[in-house]
Amino acid sequence: MSRILVIAEHDGVVLNPSTAKTVACAAEVDAAEIDIAVLAESASKVAAEAAALGSVARVRTVENEANKHPLAAVLAPQIVALAEGYSHIFGPSTTFGKDLMPRVAALLGVNQVSDIMSVEGTHTFKRPIYAGSALVTMEAPADVPVVATVRTASYGAIGSGGSATVESTDISVELPTHTRFVELLIGSSDRPDLQAAAKVVAGGRALASEENFGLIYTLADKLGAGVGATRAAVDAGYVPNELQVGQTGRIIAPDLYIAIGISGAIQHVTGIKDAGTIVAINKDEEAPIFEIADIGLVGDLFAVVPELTDAL
Amino acid sequence: MDKILVGLKRVVDYNVRVRVKGDGSGVETDGVKMSINPFDEIALEEALRIKEKGAASEVIVVSVGTTESQQQLRTGLAMGADRAILVETEESIDALSCARALLEITKRENPGLVILGKQAIDNDNIQTGQMLATLWGRPQGSFASQVDLDGDKARIVREIDAGLEKIEIDLPAVITADLRLNEPRYVKLPDIMKAKKKPLDQIPLADLGIESSPRINETSFESPAEREKGVMVDDVQSLIAALKDKGLV
Repeated sequence: MSRILVIAEHDGVVLNPSTAKTVACAAEVDAAEIDIAVLAESASKVAAEAAALGSVARVRTVENEANKHPLAAVLAPQIVALAEGYSHIFGPSTTFGKDLMPRVAALLGVNQVSDIMSVEGTHTFKRPIYAGSALVTMEAPADVPVVATVRTASYGAIGSGGSATVESTDISVELPTHTRFVELLIGSSDRPDLQAAAKVVAGGRALASEENFGLIYTLADKLGAGVGATRAAVDAGYVPNELQVGQTGRIIAPDLYIAIGISGAIQHVTGIKDAGTIVAINKDEEAPIFEIADIGLVGDLFAVVPELTDAL
Repeated sequence: MDKILVGLKRVVDYNVRVRVKGDGSGVETDGVKMSINPFDEIALEEALRIKEKGAASEVIVVSVGTTESQQQLRTGLAMGADRAILVETEESIDALSCARALLEITKRENPGLVILGKQAIDNDNIQTGQMLATLWGRPQGSFASQVDLDGDKARIVREIDAGLEKIEIDLPAVITADLRLNEPRYVKLPDIMKAKKKPLDQIPLADLGIESSPRINETSFESPAEREKGVMVDDVQSLIAALKDKGLV
C-alpha cells in the first residue's frame, strides 16, 4: 500500500485549488491512503476545507507562528519530520510547490519527480520536458520516498464530500531564521485567478501597449474570464508577471482560451495545451497558433476584439 | 563580498524545435545548436552587475557536464566572468548529484552568493538551486526578479503565482534568476579573444567524492499528442456562432 502525504497550498484562510488537483493525482496511485499536511499559523479554516476533499483519510495540521507565510526553508524541515512512514510526498507544481518540494527532497536525500502529468504505476510517472516537446516516463526507486510535484493542469479537482479526521501535530525541529517574509505585492483584481478560471482571454506582443491591453480586459470582463499574457507582453511591461502563461509562467487548462495577437511559440503553447477550446485571433494567417487552435479568425485584433466584445 | 559563483548549464538552444528519437530512447541532440541555458545567462549578468557596482570582487562560472560545456563556460568568460570551473562527467547527471557537486565547489570557493537560473529549459526540473541551498544549509531566493544587497543581507523580489513576494535573506545564500531580473549583455568579439586567456579548471566529477544519489530512471520518451487543427471562421459573427455551438458563450 502507498501512503501519500499531500502538502496543502493556502493563504492562511483559503485552500488553493492546486491542493484538490494534487489530491486527484495522488488518488491515481494504486491503493493509496492520502493525508494532507496543513502548515499554518492557525490551521482550522484551511484544515476544515481540506478535510472535505474526497479520498482524504486524515488532515495533519502543524500550527506555528513561523508558518504564517510559506517560506520553503522554514516549511521543509517540518514536512520532513511529518514525512516519516509515507511512501510519497506530493506538492503542486505551482511557485509554492516548486520553491518548497526540492528542499524536502534534498533533506530526504532523493531526487524529485517534477510536474507529474500521469501516474503509470506506484513509482512510474510521465512528465513533460523541453517545454512539452517531449514526454518522459520516469521510474523512481521503490526503496526511498517519492517526492514529486504535480502538474495541476493535468488534473481536475478531486470532488468534495469527504470527512477526513483532523489531527494536530507538534513538531520540535529547529527552524531557520535566515529567511524572512517582508511583503506580498499583489495586484488588486476582481477577475478570476488564472488557475481557477473556466475562461481565459490572453494577449501577446501585438497589443503593443499597456493601454491597448485594455481591450483584453474589457473582453475578459464581458465573458467573466481571467486574463493571461505571453512572456513578450509581460517583458514589455503591458501586464504584471503573474499573468504570464507558458513554460516559465503558469500552466493552465481552462474550458475556453482566447489567444489574441499571440503567434503561438512553443514556450507559450505548452501552457495551454490542456485547454478545452482554443480560439486564435491573429492578423498573420501563417501564425503557428492556428495549427493548434480549434477556432481561428484571421483579422486585425484592433477591429475584431471590440466587435466581438460588443456582439457578446 | 569576495566571490560570486554562477552555474551555467549547456542546453539545446531555445530556438531549436526538439524532437523525440524514433526509438523513444531520448531526444535528438546530434548536430543541434547548444547554448547557455537562458536563465543562467541572466544569473551571470546579475553577478557581473553586482561586481561592477563594487559589491563583489570575483565572478566564477561553474558547469557540471560534458567536456563540450567548455564552450558555454568560455562564453561566460567572454561575458565578463573572471574564471571558470568545469566539473566534468560524460554521464548525464541527476539534479541531486548536480547540487552535491555544486556544493563541493561552493565549499572550496566559499562565495558570498551563488546564483543559478531558476530552471534549465531542457528538463524543466526546477530543483538544483533549491537543493544546493538546502544541502548548504543556507537560504534560497528562488525565481528572483530583483536583488538588492545590503551588507550581510539581501532583499529579493520573487515572481510567484499571486504576483510578487519580497523576502529578506541572510548571506551567504543561493539565488535563482527569473526572466525579468535583467537583460543579459551581448558578447563582443574582443571579449571572446580575451576569454581564451582566462583560467578554466577541469575537475573530474569522480574527484569530488560526492555520494551517489538514488536515480530516477528515464525509461522511455515519446512525442506529446498533438492538438488537431480546427476550423477557420471568416468573421466575428461566425466566431460567436461557433462558440455558441460549443456552449461556451
